[in-house]
Amino acid sequence: MIEARDLTKRYGDKLAVDHLSFAVEPGRVTGFLGPNGAGKSTTMRLILGLDHPHAGTATINGKRYADLGQPLRTVGALLEVKAMHSGRSAYNHLLFLAQTQGLPRSRVDHVLDLVGLREVARKRIGGYSLGMGQRVGIAVAMLGDPQVLLLDEPVNGLDPEGILWIRNLMKQLATDGRTVFVSSHLMNEMAVTADHLIVIGRGKLIADCSTQEFIERSSEKYVLVRSPDAARLADLVAAEGGKATEQQPDDDNNNRQAADGDAGPAAGLRVTGLQAPRIGEIAAANRIVLHELTPRLASLEAAYMELTADSSEYGVHVAPGTAPPGTAPPGTAPPGTAPPGLTGQDGTGHGAEPTVTTAQEHAK
Amino acid sequence: MTSASTPVQATRADRATVPPAAHHAGFAHVMLAEWTKIRSVRSTMWTLLLFIVLTVGFTTLFTALTVSNWTGPRAAERNATVTANPIGFILGAGIGLGQLTICVLGALLITTEYSTGVIRASLLAVPRRLPMLAAKAVVFAALLLVIAEIVSFSCFFIGSAILHSRVPVSLSDNDVLRAVVGAGLYLTVLGLFALGVGSLVRHTAGAITTVIGIALVLPILSGLLPGSWGEHINAYLPEQAGALIFSAHRTSSQLLSAWQGFGVFCLWTAVLLAAGAYLLSRRDA
Repeated sequence: MIEARDLTKRYGDKLAVDHLSFAVEPGRVTGFLGPNGAGKSTTMRLILGLDHPHAGTATINGKRYADLGQPLRTVGALLEVKAMHSGRSAYNHLLFLAQTQGLPRSRVDHVLDLVGLREVARKRIGGYSLGMGQRVGIAVAMLGDPQVLLLDEPVNGLDPEGILWIRNLMKQLATDGRTVFVSSHLMNEMAVTADHLIVIGRGKLIADCSTQEFIERSSEKYVLVRSPDAARLADLVAAEGGKATEQQPDDDNNNRQAADGDAGPAAGLRVTGLQAPRIGEIAAANRIVLHELTPRLASLEAAYMELTADSSEYGVHVAPGTAPPGTAPPGTAPPGTAPPGLTGQDGTGHGAEPTVTTAQEHAK
Repeated sequence: MTSASTPVQATRADRATVPPAAHHAGFAHVMLAEWTKIRSVRSTMWTLLLFIVLTVGFTTLFTALTVSNWTGPRAAERNATVTANPIGFILGAGIGLGQLTICVLGALLITTEYSTGVIRASLLAVPRRLPMLAAKAVVFAALLLVIAEIVSFSCFFIGSAILHSRVPVSLSDNDVLRAVVGAGLYLTVLGLFALGVGSLVRHTAGAITTVIGIALVLPILSGLLPGSWGEHINAYLPEQAGALIFSAHRTSSQLLSAWQGFGVFCLWTAVLLAAGAYLLSRRDA
């Protein structure tokens, strides 16, 4: 069980973690999701006592990390791939860590077997591939047979086999009743691994909900309609209780091909609230020509991108305060104007309201 | 590489191989870990070897050259210096060079933890942090003391054997034993001094430059200061004060005795290590 309460970390005048509160429960894989620079790694470092928070607390099983007696027996962490001396062997790296915890050498052999590196363990880490380095990191995390695991971007740089291996390992560990907290900036990876999601952006909590819930709320179904008479169709659809909005040119890359046609693209509509057959019937009854009628599901990745668009640290947005009026992209609330703990609004209206848990709620 | 099936076997048998936890990580455990860290990296072992070779080698070279040129041109003045303080000459020759490797080694010991990221692994294992630095200092000092004393005695026996035909020196001579033992002590404290600087600066190049700057450049600068100012400042500079212990000869103008000088050096080192420890506990890793 990991608990963060009102966790705040500042680097200079930049707020890296902004009054963040959440709890990570045992027995399930909790994904920690956010764009690059959202504060995921900083939050993990705060939990692990590597960085000191400016305010708030982070506890593991009710204790601050520094107060854990032999911490590797309680918490296993995978930080950067190369938190190791390239001139030292994997065996010796694990050995010195085991010695600090009073663990026997047999434990080092055991975790080396677990990650499948026993044969190369006596070789220098500098010669390892990225994937092997990541496996050493997993071995370090598993060294003290910990009840709580924090893994920062564990699949980075791994081949498909390695990704599958880590995925299975994390699920197995959660099934054992352990607390598994794993960060990623890749939504699709988390969608198949995590049972629960904590999403942050610009150091603030955006969502704290089950993965299933996140997917359902975030993946919007709509029907793409193209017609030379789009405006009239939009009115008719509205009259039937549907909602038609103009399709943004960049909304869907799959339409590029159609757009290359000789006649040029017909105007597109995103229709929600009506099924495709009903839209077709309306069009036929009113003698409106349709060029396209396609039921669509917004990709999870796209939904996540939209959800976190406001909070992307290295996105295309102009820094707050320096943006000239009117240059902000549509649907982008200037950072800082969103209410605390609820930055999930976006212009398209498929809101994250049900999935949002505010910091205040958790503080109870 | 094993297949994706390993996780299952992984977590089942785990509990059996993990002995019960103690209330806190014992200092002996942390010291053992620091010893593993030192011995498992080639660069530290190579630097130690370089120290031995340089120090013993140059002691042999300098004393041999001096003896073979004993009657050469313009030798009289140098011969007088050697005759007045033979043990200072024997030890000074090799240690003057060899000490640079100790400066590098002491700084590297902590700065490589930062450059490689190992510091994070170390601090995750010992989150109270200070036992880690303390264990590192104790283990390093013990290792250095053994090696530096062996080197110091080797230098003495080789150097005095070569010099014997011109200037006989014996361990039983006044202050000679203190100088030989003292040279080992000086090198040990110098290693800790560099460790202290390294824990403050955290970058390898910066730390080594700082240590060597203090050892070599500061004495020259303070020597340029006018009058007794320069003399006094010079006498209390860490390396200048510390080096008194392996120079048996006491000159009339010397402000500090050998042991006083060594005490000043130890004080500098203690202050640096304390500052390093304070910053280690305060800074983000």
